[in-house]
Amino acid sequence: MSDRQTLFELSGVNKWFGSLHVLREVSLTVSRGERLVICGPSGSGKSTLIRCLNQLEHHQEGEIRFEGRLIGPDSAELAQLRRDVGMVFQQFNLFPHLTVLENCVLPQVRARGLSRGEARARAMELLERVHIPEQADKYPAQLSGGQQQRVAIARSLCMQPKVMLFDEPTSALDPEMIKEVLDVMIELAQSGMTMVCVTHEMGFAKRVADRVVFMDQGSIVEEAPPLIFFSQPKSERTRLFLSRILGH
Amino acid sequence: MAMTRPPPPTPRRGWTLTDAAILVALVGLVIWMGARASENFQYRWDWSSVWPFIIRVDPETGRWAPNVLLQGLFTTIRLALWGILLATLIGILMGWARTRERLLPRLIGASYVMLVRNIPPVVFVFIFVYFISSHFMPALRLADRVRTWPAEWQTVVELLFGPVAMLDNFLLGLVCLSVFSGAYVTEIVRAGLQSVPRQQIEAGQSLGLTGFDQFRFVVLPQAFRTVLPALAGQLIQLIKDSSLVSLVSIQELTFMAQDVQVSTQRVFEVFVLIAVVYFVLCLGLSTLFRRLELRSARGRA
Repeated sequence: MSDRQTLFELSGVNKWFGSLHVLREVSLTVSRGERLVICGPSGSGKSTLIRCLNQLEHHQEGEIRFEGRLIGPDSAELAQLRRDVGMVFQQFNLFPHLTVLENCVLPQVRARGLSRGEARARAMELLERVHIPEQADKYPAQLSGGQQQRVAIARSLCMQPKVMLFDEPTSALDPEMIKEVLDVMIELAQSGMTMVCVTHEMGFAKRVADRVVFMDQGSIVEEAPPLIFFSQPKSERTRLFLSRILGH
Repeated sequence: MAMTRPPPPTPRRGWTLTDAAILVALVGLVIWMGARASENFQYRWDWSSVWPFIIRVDPETGRWAPNVLLQGLFTTIRLALWGILLATLIGILMGWARTRERLLPRLIGASYVMLVRNIPPVVFVFIFVYFISSHFMPALRLADRVRTWPAEWQTVVELLFGPVAMLDNFLLGLVCLSVFSGAYVTEIVRAGLQSVPRQQIEAGQSLGLTGFDQFRFVVLPQAFRTVLPALAGQLIQLIKDSSLVSLVSIQELTFMAQDVQVSTQRVFEVFVLIAVVYFVLCLGLSTLFRRLELRSARGRA
C-alpha cells in the first residue's frame, strides 16, 4: 500500500512498441528522498521505464501511481504530474531559439503561473546553483554540451519538482564534461532531492544511489543497495553486465 | 613548444579576368539589344498624359487629390497587408491541422491544399468569386451595416479597408487572395513544423506546458525560423498575385492601370509605371524579411 513516503508505485507494468515487448511486468517503488539508479544494457527498457514515469510514453498494462494517484494518458492531472516530475534528457533538449535565461523563465511563467520577475529571480538562483549564472543571456548553441546539460537541470529545477528523472544525462557528453554534470547531480542528491537516474556512470551510482536497479530485456532482474549490487550481484546476467561495464 | 604565428594570407576572392570578360560581354549584349530595339521600335513616349491619373486637382474643392492610379495603389497596399496577415493565419491553422495525428484535421488541411494548388490561379479566382463569394458576401450586407456606424468609426474603416461603398468588393478580393495564398503558406508552415525535432515537444511536455503553449512557444518559433526565406518568397508572391483579383473588378493597381491605358492609349507608360511600383513594393517587403532573417539568426551555431 502507498503511504506518504511513497512517490512512485508501479505494479505489473507492461508496454509494447508494435509487437516488441519492451516492459515486462515491471513493479517498483520510489520513496521520497530516495536516489535510484537504473542500469542495464541498451534495449533493456530502462529509458522507456523512466519515460513512463512522466508519461512521455504510455504503458498499456499495469498501474503507475504518483503520490497514490493513478496516472495514464487520459488522466486530467497529466499536466500537474509533469510539473511535479522534472526530466533531464540525453540530448539536453534546450529550446534553441531562447536564451538560457528565457529557457528557464518560459515554463515557470506558462506552466506555474509565476510573474516574469519572480521567474527570473528563481532562474538566476538556479543558474548560480549549477555554476553558470554568467551564461544567462547566451543561446544554447553558444554553450558546451556540459553547460547545456547544466542549464537543462536548472530549467527543470525551476519548476520546483518533487522528483527529478535523468535519462542518460552524460551519454552525449565529452569525457571532460561528464564530471561537471555529475558534480551538479551529486550536489542535487546531497540536497535531498528524490532522483531516478538511468545512467552508465557506475561511480555516480556507488557514490549517491540508495538503490541500484538492473534491467534486462524489459524486466527488472535485480535491485539492491550499491554496496551489495556491485560486490555480490545475485544473477549471472548482472555479473556479466558488470564485468563488461567495469572491465575497462 | 610550437610557436604561435599569424595565419598565411587567404587568397582574395574578388575580381578575376574571367569575371571582367563576362561583364563586358553582358553589357555589350544589353547595348546591342537596346540599339536593335530602338531601330525597329518607333514609339513616342508621352508621360504627360499619365501623370494626371496619379494625382490631380479636384475641380470641386480646388485641392490636390489622389486620382485612380494612386487610389489603386492604396487598394493594392491594403490587399497586400491584410492578405499577408490572413494568409499567414490560414497557413498556421492549416499547417497545424496537417501535422496532427488525428485524421479529420489532416483530411481538412490536405483537401484544402489539394483543391487550391491544382487549379490555375485565374480559374480559382473566377470560381471563388462567382460561385462562392458572390452568394455569401451580399447576404452579410457589410457596407450597409458600416454606414449606420458613427462617422469616426467609418473613417477608421475607410483607412483600413478603403471606401465604404467598395467594402464588400474589397473584402471579396481579400478573402479570395488570402485563401489562394494560404494554401501555399500552409505547405511552407507544415514543412517548418515537421522540421522541429520531436524532442523539443517532449521537453515542453516534461515541463508541464499545455499543448497550445508547446505549439505557440516551442514549435512555431523554431518552424518560422527555418522557413522564413521560403515564407518571404511566398508573401512577396502574394503582393504580385494581388493583381489577379483585378479580373473580378477589384479596383486595385492593375485594374486601374488597365482603365487608364484604355482611356489614354499610353500602354507602355502605364505598364512601365506600375511595374516600377510593384517592384518597389516587393523590394521593400524582401528587405524587411532580410532583416527579420538576420534577427532570427541569433542563437544559431
